[in-house]
Amino acid sequence: MTALALVLAFAIGAVIIAVSNEVVLEAWGNFGNEPLRAVEASFEAVGEAYGALFEGALFDPGAASVTEFFAPISETAVAATPLIASGLAVTLAFRSGLFNIGGEGQAILGAAASAYVGFHFGLPPVIHLFAALLAATLAGAAWGFVPGYLKVRTGAHEVITTIMLNYVAGLLVVYLLTMKAFERVGRSAGISPLVAGNARLPELFGGGLRVNAGLILVLCLAWVVWWLLFRTTLGYGLRAVGQNRKAARSGGIDVGATVIGAMSISGALAGLAGACTMLGTDFALSSETAAGLGFAGISVALLGRATVKGTVAAGFLFGALQAGSIQMQAATGTSADLVTVIEALIVLTIAAPLLMARVFRLRAGDAGVSTTSGGWSA
Amino acid sequence: MNAISASATGNMGETRRAPFALIVAGILLAVVLGLTGEPSKSAKFAISPVDSNINLGSISLPVGVVGLICGALTVALGAYALTLLPRRMPPWILRTAFGLIAVAFLVWAAAGNSLNLSSLAEASVVGALPLLLGALAGVLCERSGVINIAIEGQFLFGAFAASVAASALGLWVGLVAGSVAGGLIGAILAYLAVRYAADQVIVGFVLNLLALGLTSFLFTQVIVPNQEAFGSPPTFSPIDIPVLSELPIVGPALFDQNVILYIAIAILVATQLMLSRSRWGLRTRAVGESPEAAQSAGIDVLRLRTRNVIAGGLIAGLAGVFLTIGSVGAFTPNISSGKGFIALAVLIFGRWSPGGSLLAALLFGFAEAVESALSVVGSPIPPELLQMFPYLVTLVVVAGLVGRARPPAADGKPFIP
Repeated sequence: MTALALVLAFAIGAVIIAVSNEVVLEAWGNFGNEPLRAVEASFEAVGEAYGALFEGALFDPGAASVTEFFAPISETAVAATPLIASGLAVTLAFRSGLFNIGGEGQAILGAAASAYVGFHFGLPPVIHLFAALLAATLAGAAWGFVPGYLKVRTGAHEVITTIMLNYVAGLLVVYLLTMKAFERVGRSAGISPLVAGNARLPELFGGGLRVNAGLILVLCLAWVVWWLLFRTTLGYGLRAVGQNRKAARSGGIDVGATVIGAMSISGALAGLAGACTMLGTDFALSSETAAGLGFAGISVALLGRATVKGTVAAGFLFGALQAGSIQMQAATGTSADLVTVIEALIVLTIAAPLLMARVFRLRAGDAGVSTTSGGWSA
Repeated sequence: MNAISASATGNMGETRRAPFALIVAGILLAVVLGLTGEPSKSAKFAISPVDSNINLGSISLPVGVVGLICGALTVALGAYALTLLPRRMPPWILRTAFGLIAVAFLVWAAAGNSLNLSSLAEASVVGALPLLLGALAGVLCERSGVINIAIEGQFLFGAFAASVAASALGLWVGLVAGSVAGGLIGAILAYLAVRYAADQVIVGFVLNLLALGLTSFLFTQVIVPNQEAFGSPPTFSPIDIPVLSELPIVGPALFDQNVILYIAIAILVATQLMLSRSRWGLRTRAVGESPEAAQSAGIDVLRLRTRNVIAGGLIAGLAGVFLTIGSVGAFTPNISSGKGFIALAVLIFGRWSPGGSLLAALLFGFAEAVESALSVVGSPIPPELLQMFPYLVTLVVVAGLVGRARPPAADGKPFIP
């Protein structure tokens, strides 16, 4: 199923590359004279773009050194790290019957909080890193708590409240950057001081490979989320509320508290995703920090069918696409936005399992994504 | 709306708290604006349009006096609500109180400066227009039971298509192309979420992602390298209706706008009338409330929903048209910047009705106009915090703090015949 979705998405992506490429269009305009040339040009454009995507994501066959050979896969891991955390946030919310579109704002504030702790304090190694991670967790949890609380107390649907909180968080960071506390000496406003070395996630291999301890952190988080969901009373409550609120209530579960808890934990995970970019690669807060991370997390969770294992795998896949897209843009000039299109197409085909089943004549039972939202009052 | 905490005791507590909250807010307003700070400063409001021949001068409102009056009226409203206990507070009380607080806030924020009310009204209408069209699109979809989160994507797609088509083939082709582009996203939504019962919110969300990615990609690949061809599309020029356009306050807002405003008004009137008076309207409402009953009455639920969702897409696409060739002309990535989501809030605040959406859209348009007017003249509030204003208003609105609304009963629930 997933493989078919991938093939379909890349095929449509190829068509989009071809029709937006000038050389290809010219060749097709000349189709009457040289029909083969048009087809050839199309394949050339698509091949070059996807080739660069592959080289940027996995390995570069023409690498001169070992480091250069492993650099692409390291970049894939670097990109996958926050995506996995952000995807776990959405997965946990899905499991609790909630659609957390607020990962964007939660991640931005998590990144801002970890940055502040990272550059403002001077703490010993390890302690400083944990303090920064804790700050991100709390900031994200707070930004997840609000929509949870509003849902329980007023019935406001989390889809709208989280979207609005995303914008508020983004503007809040822009505002923070105008303040003295976030000013970098010698720079005009707009970027914070650099995070202290003690608060950074250490690189795993060094030697120019950027892959860092954040990867280990998110893999541990994945295990924690799995353990929480399937081995604890709280997780049982979350899943019960996610599957049937009325049944959960009759079963003695405090649905309101569970919803608020789920949104807070989800927010905390998204906050940690923001911290991973801040303490792993960015090291300074700007208005661009963690942009798009929350939305990408939704795609990751959907592709992973809201399972922990699936989310981790999808995180690596989308990480590879992102790392590759940078190489693709640099080498062939094909805009990296193409990856967003491909991601959306993949998820769209996953979101409509019945459709895929019909297109590819599969049994309907092969597909299955849990339906999570049942209207504004759900 | 309130499936989780609906309990009789909770609502009783809220009923009693609301009047007291109003009284406290009124006192705070009077004290903060009327007595502390700079009560003697005043805000000037010019009335006539900037380029009008008739000059009605301007009114000057001192912050302190306005604060005291608005505060006192808010307290009075709270006291009146107390006398109504134990009955629920009627929604108009809270709305009036919010209006009073907004007026006092506006005067305070504009203190020491001059604002033109006609310009403010025009900016409100211009800001409200895409929101209204988006909300009307939402009305068509949601009254028949389909949640349309993809309004944002329809805006973007419509804006892009209109800008490119207008550059190449002319303004009116651009208008049609933009609308059709919105309808196309509507068709995909209908195909996946209605025909194949996929989760409406998820499909809508992903369609937004698709529209954002695709328009940004095509912008870099097609528009940027061909600036001279696509960089500056023609725009609809305003239709200046003589005399009327010089009216104070409403003149420039209603009688000096381009054709899209008039199309939007026509759509507004048509949906309002048809929803309540036509066979289509009755069927739409029936399908949105109880698709099972509608089906047993012989209505093809899926076909009606599909048609409504596509029609909604055509209307939302028109809002995208307005964002490019109806105002600035050229397309830029993410030009809709969340307006599609605010349109959703407008829809909810407008209680899923066309008329309500109009009022709600104007309120949001006004909030946006005030925000941009204040950031131009300068105000005590930092611009980033001012920009949060429309989003915070949305948050308050969907949290039901300004009266609660009930969505169509079958809204968001896929129907499998």
